Amino acid sequence: MNRSMAIARREFDSYFRSPIAYVVITAFLIASGFAFYQDFVPGEPATMRNTLNWMVWFLVFLTPILSMGLLAQEWSSGTIETLMTAPVNDLDVVLGKFFGNFALLVVMLIPTLLYVALLAIYARPDLGPIFSGYVGILLTGALFIAIGVFCSSLTRSQMVAVVLAVLILCLATVVPYLIRVEVANMRPFFLRMLDQTVYRRYSDFSKGVLDLGNIVFFLLSTAVFLFLTVKVLESRRWK
Amino acid sequence: MISVSQLTKEYGNVTAVDRVSFEVGKGQIVGFLGPNGAGKSTTLRMLTCYLPPTSGGAAINGFDIFHQSEQVRANLGYLPENTPLYTEMTVEEYLHFRGRLRGMDRNKRRERIEYVVKKCWLGDFRNRVIGHLSKGMRQRVGLADALLHNPAVLILDEPTVGLDPGQVIESRNLLKELAGQHTILLSTHILREVEATCDRAIFIRQGRIVAQGTLEELRASRRNQARVLVECRGPAEQVKNTLSHVSGVSKVEVLNGDHRGSEGYIVAAVRSQESRDVREEVARTIIQNGWPLREIRLESASLEEFFVELMASQAMSRAGGAA
Repeated sequence: MNRSMAIARREFDSYFRSPIAYVVITAFLIASGFAFYQDFVPGEPATMRNTLNWMVWFLVFLTPILSMGLLAQEWSSGTIETLMTAPVNDLDVVLGKFFGNFALLVVMLIPTLLYVALLAIYARPDLGPIFSGYVGILLTGALFIAIGVFCSSLTRSQMVAVVLAVLILCLATVVPYLIRVEVANMRPFFLRMLDQTVYRRYSDFSKGVLDLGNIVFFLLSTAVFLFLTVKVLESRRWK
Repeated sequence: MISVSQLTKEYGNVTAVDRVSFEVGKGQIVGFLGPNGAGKSTTLRMLTCYLPPTSGGAAINGFDIFHQSEQVRANLGYLPENTPLYTEMTVEEYLHFRGRLRGMDRNKRRERIEYVVKKCWLGDFRNRVIGHLSKGMRQRVGLADALLHNPAVLILDEPTVGLDPGQVIESRNLLKELAGQHTILLSTHILREVEATCDRAIFIRQGRIVAQGTLEELRASRRNQARVLVECRGPAEQVKNTLSHVSGVSKVEVLNGDHRGSEGYIVAAVRSQESRDVREEVARTIIQNGWPLREIRLESASLEEFFVELMASQAMSRAGGAA
């Protein structure tokens, strides 16, 4: 565990050595600021629900940018060789990369607590749904990052990694959402299928529902993608 | 310390490393010599547990590279080819990171970083960003990292490539200094490098070991393989038989026996026993038989020539394979 923490710490620090962390955090805060501004009107309910929902959409496009280099860059620069010849195993590496990125997500979300503070100053917001909404966004973000790390392990090109990750994340969120909105008279079977997707499950959290099934869904799918990444790392060395 | 037996790596149909076996004793410094593409890096990568071997095995410090990979890596310092480093970090940050990976606590890291920075002349550069350093300086950072945990075994892939002459000499001195405390296996394609630093050399070509031993041993064995080339005009079979009976001659070959050389001259290669010089005897015999003698010379077989041959044959076989 110490070894993954060493790797996580290095990844987290290295975000701030390049413009990438600053650019992504700025973009995220501007976008979520606008989302909040739309709702922060007298007479509207004092909730974060819309803002939090919007944040998930932003993360679909922003987390892949943060995770694209995690492993792809190790392959392309050759540092994977120095890394793997230290006494670490594949799981240490994958967890380290994952938590390094996750820490950045947390840092990115902290300033948005300011919106909660503003709501609390001007109104009496119900803190329950806000809390569950944040739990949800951390779980969703974790899954997004796991998918991003996985895509990054497949290639030495960061470009390929980012495009692939955005594609997968869109298939899990934007696409089912659009189908639901656009297609009328859907068979109940397909409706139920669509309700299994990431976005539908996330909206439960922002409504204030901490459903065990949803939590397990996010934790499990995150674990699956991290596991797949470990397998990719293993198999790439056997070639 | 390092014991390798029948180590083999195949990529599809290509055998990159073919049943390589050797030993490196404690405190020794051994050079792994061969042209590019001979399988040096692949062998070192298997020893450092980066690549799994197709068959065969090796033990480092008594630990098996396959089943005790983590212990092997804990006892090993490795400098990969081209020294890949995280370019956005400073030298000191990088060494701290590597120390943490190896489970060293803060005090231990500080103490060891102090030591390796001094050993590798990185003192003025410890707060510099690695991406801004020259190739030679990066090499030193890689070496500092390899030494950080005071490993019993050091494996260095082309440690002096890309250094300027002054740095090469410094590096060689450092290697010699380290040899007492560490067992070192280094790869190179420069013979002089081995002469300057190594106790023993292992020559590898197309994935196979073609010679190994101390440089003295290798030189002696080359001398034994020295041959006298004789160019004379006479019937090939008869020349061969006659020369075979000259005292001190062990073997005679006619190099252009079938199709006679220019103007009926043939070239015979005469090998002698125990590096005796048989030129005078051979010349006398030929003259006595009335065969016109055009040239007689000792083909020297220095280690250098052997090495040049080695390099050239690999290049030729590769060109042939591509054609």
